[in-house]
Amino acid sequence: MSRRTATLARHAVLLAGSVTVVVPFLWMVTTSLQTRAQTYTSTSVLPTSWHWENYAHAWAAAPFGRYYLNSLVMAAGIVLGHLVLDALAAYAFARFRFPARDPLFVLLLAMLLVPTFVTVIPAYSLVAGFGWIDTYAGLIVPRLADVFGIILLRQYFAGIPQELEDAARIDGCSRAGTFVRIMVPLSTPAFATLAIFSFLFAWNDFLWPLLVTNSDEMRTIQIGLASFEGRYGTSWNYLMAGTVMATLPAMVVFMAFQRLLIRGIAMTGLKD
Amino acid sequence: MTVTTTPGGRTRPAPDQARGGLRPRRYDREEVVTAALFVAPALVVLAVFVLYPIVSAARTSLTSWNGYSPTKPFVGLANYVALAHDPALWNSLGVTLLYAAGVSVLGVVSGLAVALLLDAPIRGRGFYRGLYFLPTVTSSVAAAIVWRYLFDPSGYVNGLLERVGVAGPDWLGNRWWALVLLTSLTVWKSLGFNVVLYLTGLQALPTSVFEAAQLDGAGTWQRIRLITVPLLRPITFFVVVQALITTFQSFDLVYVLTGGGPRGGTEVLGMFMYREAFRLGHFGYGTAIAFTTLFLVLGVTLVQWRASGSGRSSLR
Repeated sequence: MSRRTATLARHAVLLAGSVTVVVPFLWMVTTSLQTRAQTYTSTSVLPTSWHWENYAHAWAAAPFGRYYLNSLVMAAGIVLGHLVLDALAAYAFARFRFPARDPLFVLLLAMLLVPTFVTVIPAYSLVAGFGWIDTYAGLIVPRLADVFGIILLRQYFAGIPQELEDAARIDGCSRAGTFVRIMVPLSTPAFATLAIFSFLFAWNDFLWPLLVTNSDEMRTIQIGLASFEGRYGTSWNYLMAGTVMATLPAMVVFMAFQRLLIRGIAMTGLKD
Repeated sequence: MTVTTTPGGRTRPAPDQARGGLRPRRYDREEVVTAALFVAPALVVLAVFVLYPIVSAARTSLTSWNGYSPTKPFVGLANYVALAHDPALWNSLGVTLLYAAGVSVLGVVSGLAVALLLDAPIRGRGFYRGLYFLPTVTSSVAAAIVWRYLFDPSGYVNGLLERVGVAGPDWLGNRWWALVLLTSLTVWKSLGFNVVLYLTGLQALPTSVFEAAQLDGAGTWQRIRLITVPLLRPITFFVVVQALITTFQSFDLVYVLTGGGPRGGTEVLGMFMYREAFRLGHFGYGTAIAFTTLFLVLGVTLVQWRASGSGRSSLR
């Protein structure tokens, strides 16, 4: 097989795979632009009609604006929490010597293996006890720190040569000052990666917001979409318009920051 | 994989240890105080909302708590005993194991295949990689909704089948088809992630081995089977562990795609726990389910770790 044929074969297989991957998305967009009658009969995955008013209708049928706002507030809180809390802890684990440091870190690693739903029931009753059901506090505070971010940043910090910090220390900079002035500016790519991961996690999260929100007012976009599905399950065009709206922000973030995200995965997956 | 467990624990003298030579103490006091201040915020959050719940769940699983009453009647191991006799648990366990096996095998095969195809200087590499990654950044709710209607009896897929003269099944009304769909959906969603992991692994492989093999007359398949696959074992281990964690924790996809049905056909452990605890108010029983799952995950991961042997080398 010549090199040329081999490359063509590669493209053929990759394209076939791409179709499988992409069809659900195409169908989602196409359906969102059809009339209700068309949704049951059409077998095309490319739009044949352009009923943009479906979006306006879906937007009006459920408080999507409010869902967006709730998701944004929650995501912003969680991203900020991860950036600050994870970074501080990660720096301590990467650079400071303190008692029980290594056992503590192993304990953090072990937490990664615990299924969320082991902790979800007690965490739920805890949050209910604080009176945080149906509040932003309930959505955000329990997820202000996460183990994944600590590991990611610690790996990154550990890879930065210590000489720079040593120099700052000799010049009389405090430990906290060294962190803020030397480490943070040097680690922007890692922070950006973590921010994207955390945003996507928060935007797409389901079980926790499902449990701690009761009113339509406090629902995040994913919970809102699931309940919208319950009510509009037969109007596929409106349902898909809602689904597009719920997916779009995460897609945009992904497209804009693809490189950082992919590098981040490589970073956590394979560092020795 | 690896997260190294020897944190930046270099013993090289920090600049202030020269001063510290006057008081030969193991830890620098100021350093320990600063470290405590740095670690405290994250640790407090994790301790309150992860660690304490684990301990509390262990206790709750020994009670018949209904989720709201102030008292939690202690029942000893009764929940676990009842669980062992509950056909719903065995059904759920069977479903979860099939699901986990399917997602692991298909995840490894598809991830590796696409990565091998992309591991060449071909045009549009970044485009393909981005495309295959799209499902991973889509929310579970949105993905499951779309799949559910694609495979509706009067949906797109059956419409296509009808055109070629095949009567499509009621996909989500049949427990086996429903499980197949759930498995495919999960693999579809994690494909991009697995591809990126395998691609990174492929790029880290030493080219010299392949050149030597080529000189020895090894064909493409032989090279893949005898060199690439064995060398990528650490990545495969990670992909499988990831698949196990995903499937044993799976909830969102199932909740939206099938709700656990038909007749328990896709009731994975996460869904079973949710139904008992939050639908039926059996919080004690629900936490017992969660704990059983935790032990299963730990056990399976440990066995995997031992078996693959990759754990020892990477967890220094």
